[in-house]
Amino acid sequence: MKGDRELILGRIAEALRVPAPRHHESHGNAAAGASVAFREWLPPVGEEKQDQVGLFARLSETLRTEFRECATAEEAASQIATLAQDGNWKCIALHSGKLIDAVAAKLPSTVTLLNVDQGYEKNALEACDAGFTECESLVAQTGSVCITNPSSGGRALSVLPPHHIVVATRAQMAPDLSAAYDRLAEKYPNGYPSFISFITGPSRTGDIERILVLGAHGPKRLTVLLLP
Amino acid sequence: MSTTTELPPGVQFQTDANRTTADEPRRAAVRKALGNYSTARGKTEKTFSSWQHAREAASEVKFEAVNHLDRYLREFEEKFTARGGKVFWASNGAQAREYILDLAREKGVKSIVKSKAMTGEEIHLNPALEKEGYEVIESDLGELIQQLMKEPPYHFVFPCMHLKREEIGELFQRELGSEPTTNPEELTMIARRFLRRHFANADMGISGGNFIVAETGMISITENEGNARLTAGLPKIHVALVGIEKVVPKLKDLALLLPMLATAGTGQHLTGYNTMYGGPRMPGENDGPEEFHVVLLDNHRTRLLADAEQRDALHCIRCGACLNVCPIFKNIGGHAYGTTYQGPIGSVITPHFRGLQDWKHLSGASSLCGACTEACPVKIDIHHHLLQNRRNAVAEKKVWWERLIWAGYVWLMKRRWAYLIAVRLAPLGQAIHPLVLGTELDPVRAWTATRDFPEAAPKSFHDWWRDRKAVRK
Amino acid sequence: MRVSLFIPCFIDSLYPHVGVSIVKILERLGHEVDYPEAQVCCGQPPFNSGYWDEARVVAERQLAAFRDSEVVVSASGSCGAMFKVFYKDLFKDRPQEAAAKALSAKTYEFSEFLVNKLGVKDVGARFDAKVTFHDGCHGLRELGTKAAPRELLKAVKGLELVEMTEAESCCGFGGMFAVKFPQISTAMAQVKCNSIIDTGVEYVISNDSSCLMQIQGYLSRNSPRVVKSLHLAEVLAQQ
Repeated sequence: MKGDRELILGRIAEALRVPAPRHHESHGNAAAGASVAFREWLPPVGEEKQDQVGLFARLSETLRTEFRECATAEEAASQIATLAQDGNWKCIALHSGKLIDAVAAKLPSTVTLLNVDQGYEKNALEACDAGFTECESLVAQTGSVCITNPSSGGRALSVLPPHHIVVATRAQMAPDLSAAYDRLAEKYPNGYPSFISFITGPSRTGDIERILVLGAHGPKRLTVLLLP
Repeated sequence: MSTTTELPPGVQFQTDANRTTADEPRRAAVRKALGNYSTARGKTEKTFSSWQHAREAASEVKFEAVNHLDRYLREFEEKFTARGGKVFWASNGAQAREYILDLAREKGVKSIVKSKAMTGEEIHLNPALEKEGYEVIESDLGELIQQLMKEPPYHFVFPCMHLKREEIGELFQRELGSEPTTNPEELTMIARRFLRRHFANADMGISGGNFIVAETGMISITENEGNARLTAGLPKIHVALVGIEKVVPKLKDLALLLPMLATAGTGQHLTGYNTMYGGPRMPGENDGPEEFHVVLLDNHRTRLLADAEQRDALHCIRCGACLNVCPIFKNIGGHAYGTTYQGPIGSVITPHFRGLQDWKHLSGASSLCGACTEACPVKIDIHHHLLQNRRNAVAEKKVWWERLIWAGYVWLMKRRWAYLIAVRLAPLGQAIHPLVLGTELDPVRAWTATRDFPEAAPKSFHDWWRDRKAVRK
Repeated sequence: MRVSLFIPCFIDSLYPHVGVSIVKILERLGHEVDYPEAQVCCGQPPFNSGYWDEARVVAERQLAAFRDSEVVVSASGSCGAMFKVFYKDLFKDRPQEAAAKALSAKTYEFSEFLVNKLGVKDVGARFDAKVTFHDGCHGLRELGTKAAPRELLKAVKGLELVEMTEAESCCGFGGMFAVKFPQISTAMAQVKCNSIIDTGVEYVISNDSSCLMQIQGYLSRNSPRVVKSLHLAEVLAQQ
C-alpha cells in the first residue's frame, strides 16, 4: 500500500500558499545545528566540570538515581558486588566495552554474567537481576544518561531488567542536552545509531492519584557509577 | 458509561457538564492534582534563565516546521526509509486503520501491545483491531486502567487522574483477578507483572510519536514508565502512528523542546525516557524490531493548516498544560468534552477535525480567561482562536434567535436616547422582577438560579454627570 | 491632563458609584475629567458571541465618541480590552483600522493609568479593612495588569491586603458564558468565592465590575458570612 503521499503533500502545498501571521519576534542567528538560538534561555549549568558533577549529583537525589563517584574500577566493581549481595542477585546482563570490561573483570564469581552483544533470549534477559551498561554521556542540566544501541548493548538491556547500572567517566559529563547532541554528531559522522535515549531517573509513574511510584515498567532502580 | 454519546454533541456537552459540575468530590480531587502540578511546574520554570524567551524560541521552531511542512515531511521520509524504515501516508483514519490491519494480517500477528497514542484514540484504532480478533493491550498504566474501565482517557497526559486508588483497586480485582489492595505501589506492580508477559509475547507494537525529526529521519517518543521503549523494542514489528504536524526540522531542536514539554506537561526537568528511533534493527545490531513502520496521519490536519489565522494550533506539542490551568476543564472534567482532544486546544481543533457547526459549542464554553494561552510552551494563541471559531461559526450559519437578539441590541445601542430610556427603566424592571424570579418567565433565570442579581442604581452615571454639569453651570 | 472617561454600559446602570469614584480621584489629583456623552457600549457582547458585523456597528460609535480625546481611561478591564486589543482585530483591513489603532494607543485601564501613566501610587485614601484582590482576566492577561492595583491598595491607610490562593483564577463571568453555560460559570464562582472566604477578609476588591457582579452574586446567595465587594476606585475614593 502506498497511501496518499502526493495528495497529502499537495494539500499541504496548497494550504501553505497563504502565509501565517507571525506573532513572535525573530530570534536572530540559529545555534549551530538547531533551528533557532535557545541555549541561553535554558537552566544555566556551571562552566567547571566540578560544578556540572555537583549539579548532576543534586538532580540525581531528587530523581532517586543512585549516583556514586568511584576512584577506581575496583571500587565500582565493589559497589556492584554490594548491590548483588544485598539483592541476592543470580545474574547480571551486560555488553562488552572497554570501561565495562575493566569493571566486570573485578566482579565476584557468585553472579553469572550474561553478555547480550550477539543477541539474547528475551526470557533470559527478563530473568536477570540487573542490566549493566556504558553510556554515550551524562547530562548535567537534567541529570540524564544518554545511551545508544552501540554504546549500551542494544535497546532492551537498559530497560528490561529491574535494575540499570551505568558506568561512565568524568570526561563523559556533558553540560546540557545541546552538548550531548553535539557529541553524538561528532562521534557518528556517517550516520546516527538507530536508537538514542535520554534516561532521567528510574522508571516512574504518577498515574494513580499523582503519587510517585518507581519501577512502572522499566527499571525500579538506576545506579550511575562515575569513574575519574 | 462516562458520557451520553447518543445525543448531538452540543446537548451531550451540556448534559455531561451538568452532571460533572455537581460532582463535588471529583472536582476537588482534580483541583488538588492540578494544584500540585502548578506548584511543580512553577518551581521548574524558575530554573530556566528565561522561560518566556524559551517559549519564543520554541514557538519559532514549530513555526518553521509547520510552515514548511511538506519540505520537512519529505526529508523525514527520505532519511527514515534509507535506513529500512517504512512510511505510509494516511489521508484519514480509515486508511490508517486499513494499513495497520493489512499489516497485521499479512504478518500473522495475533497479539498487539500499545503505548500511548492519542492518534490511536482519534481514529478509534483499538475497536477496529479487536473487531478483527486481535488482542490489544495498552501498556501505559493510565491508559491500561482506562482500557479496563472501558472509558476513553480523561486527560491526554494523565489518563486516569479522576480515579481514586480504591476504584483502581476494585478494577484490578475485577478485571485482572488480583488480590485486593489500594496501595499505589502495589497496584503499579500488579500492572507491571500483568504487562510483562504481553511485552514479551506481542507480535506487534503500536505507539504514537511526540516528534518527527526531519533532519535525521527519527521518531522521538517521550514517556516516564518505559513501556514505550518496551513496546518499540521487543516485538518484531513496530508501527508508530503520528500526526503530520509533529515535525521538527533538526535533531538538536529537541534539546529545547524536550525540556519545554516536560516542564509544561508535568513540571519535570525532563521526562523519564526520551527516545529517538531511527528505524528497524540494522545489520550487526543485537535487538530491535525487524520492521518499523511510520504511519503519517493527516485526518483534517491539512484543513487546519489551510486556516492561516489558526495554523499555529498545529504547533501543539500535546503537553496538556492548557488543560491543567483551564478552569472549565477543572470543573467539568475530561470526559464531558465528548471527544478525543479535551481542554482548550481540543476546543480549538475539534471543529476543524470534526465539523464547525457540530463542535462550535466547545469554543463557546469558555470565559476566554486566557490562562491557556499564558501556559502554552509554544505560545499558541489559544483563547483568541476560540473567539475566531465563534466568529467563523456565525459567518457560516447564523442562529436565527441569536441574530434577532443582536439586531435588537444593535438597534438599542445605536440610539443613545433609546439606550438611556432602557437604563432609566432598569430600576422599574428590577422592581417587577421578583414576580417572575425563579420561574419559567424569568429572563435571567440562568443567572438567578444560583446567583443573586445586583440592584439597578436609582440614578445612572450618565444622569449623575448631567446633573453635576447643570449645577456647575 | 484632560482625561476622557469610558464608562461601560453596565457600570452606567448598575454601578455608577464606580464612575463617580473615578471622577473624584482624578479631580483630587488635579486633572480635568470629561465624559464624551456619545458613548454607549463597546460591543463586547456581540463580539464574544461571534457576531462581529453587529459589534462593528456599535464599536464605530465608540471610535467616533473618543476621537478627540487626549487620553481614555476605562472603568473596566474587559471593556478596556475591547478598546486596547480587540478593536484592532475588528477593524483589521478596514477603513477604520487607523482610528482603532489610535484609540488603542491612548486607552488605559484605571489602575494602569494612575500608576504607569501618572506615576501615582498614593492617592491619599483611607480604608480600614482587611481585603483581598481579584485579578479580572481581561485586565490580567489582555492588558498585563497585575502590580498596579496592588501598589495602589498597599498605599491606602488602614488597609490590610491579603492574597487569596485563587487570585488569578477566572471568576466564571465571561459575559454571555455566564448564562449560556451557567453550571460551569457557577462552579467557577464557587471555587473563587471559597478562596475569598478562606482569607477571612471583609471585602473582595477588583478592577472589573463584571467580575464583582458574578462574585457578589454568588457570595450573597451562598456565603456563610457576609463578604462585600468593592471596585478598586471605590476604595481609593475613600478618605
